[in-house]
Amino acid sequence: MTFRRYVVLAIVALTAPLGDTMLSLGMKRLGPVSLDNLGMLIHAVMTPQVALGIALLICFFASYLASLSWADLTFVLPATSIGNVLVALLAKFWLHEQISPGRWIGILLITAGVGFVTQGPSYTETAVEKAKEPALQGAEARQS
Amino acid sequence: MSALAFFTAQAAGRGFANAMMISAIVIFATVGDVLIAAAMRGIGDLDEIRAKSGLGGAIAAVLGSAKFVSGVFFMALSFFSLLFALSHADLSLVAPASASLTFVTNAVAAKIFLKENVDRRRWIAALFVCAGVALMAA
Repeated sequence: MTFRRYVVLAIVALTAPLGDTMLSLGMKRLGPVSLDNLGMLIHAVMTPQVALGIALLICFFASYLASLSWADLTFVLPATSIGNVLVALLAKFWLHEQISPGRWIGILLITAGVGFVTQGPSYTETAVEKAKEPALQGAEARQS
Repeated sequence: MSALAFFTAQAAGRGFANAMMISAIVIFATVGDVLIAAAMRGIGDLDEIRAKSGLGGAIAAVLGSAKFVSGVFFMALSFFSLLFALSHADLSLVAPASASLTFVTNAVAAKIFLKENVDRRRWIAALFVCAGVALMAA
């Protein structure tokens, strides 16, 4: 892991919550969209906040893909799950949303759940790949 | 007493609306993810295609896949559902709930449609996530 890669992971962790916050800011400014007027959603994409949010989410997606090319998903997922906590902090201090203790516990539970998954194996071998590796198959057969 | 009943009904209605909006985001995103994963699996190794027919060939292979294009369409529906939900409900509910529930439904869909292994640890994590979302929405 080089310094540059930590920067990419930081971008992964930061851009998703920032992007979602910008989307929320833009949509709250537009007001509730009614089901009879869904065309407003297309119009919303043109507003500065939502457009900036989309740009940030594109940055997130690019850095997420980049990080997956050199790191395991199990390594990158915790970085994205930190986003749940960051989005709650941004919602509280920037958007001034009320966050009940129950919601805080819920957010922490989700983040813990993602962390729990990352302890497990990250890759499922297909039957074809297994057939290509007879040595590994033998080792597994001995184990079982 | 009637005021209490009114507020209870209103809270229940809002809870139902939130659940419907989050469900729309999650279902569209899951359908999109499964279609795109199935499309990419069907197309094969992009590096090999690129070696054979160049970058243009690789792009054509991806965009020519009906599954990929319909996957992107469902992703777009999911994004507009997110915008719709954000215009009504709190960010601190919608963002964590939709992202984490998509994670769970993707695990279920991957098991059923893509025949991936989902071990016990991942099911336990899925339960964590569902409990967390229930707490958040309460």
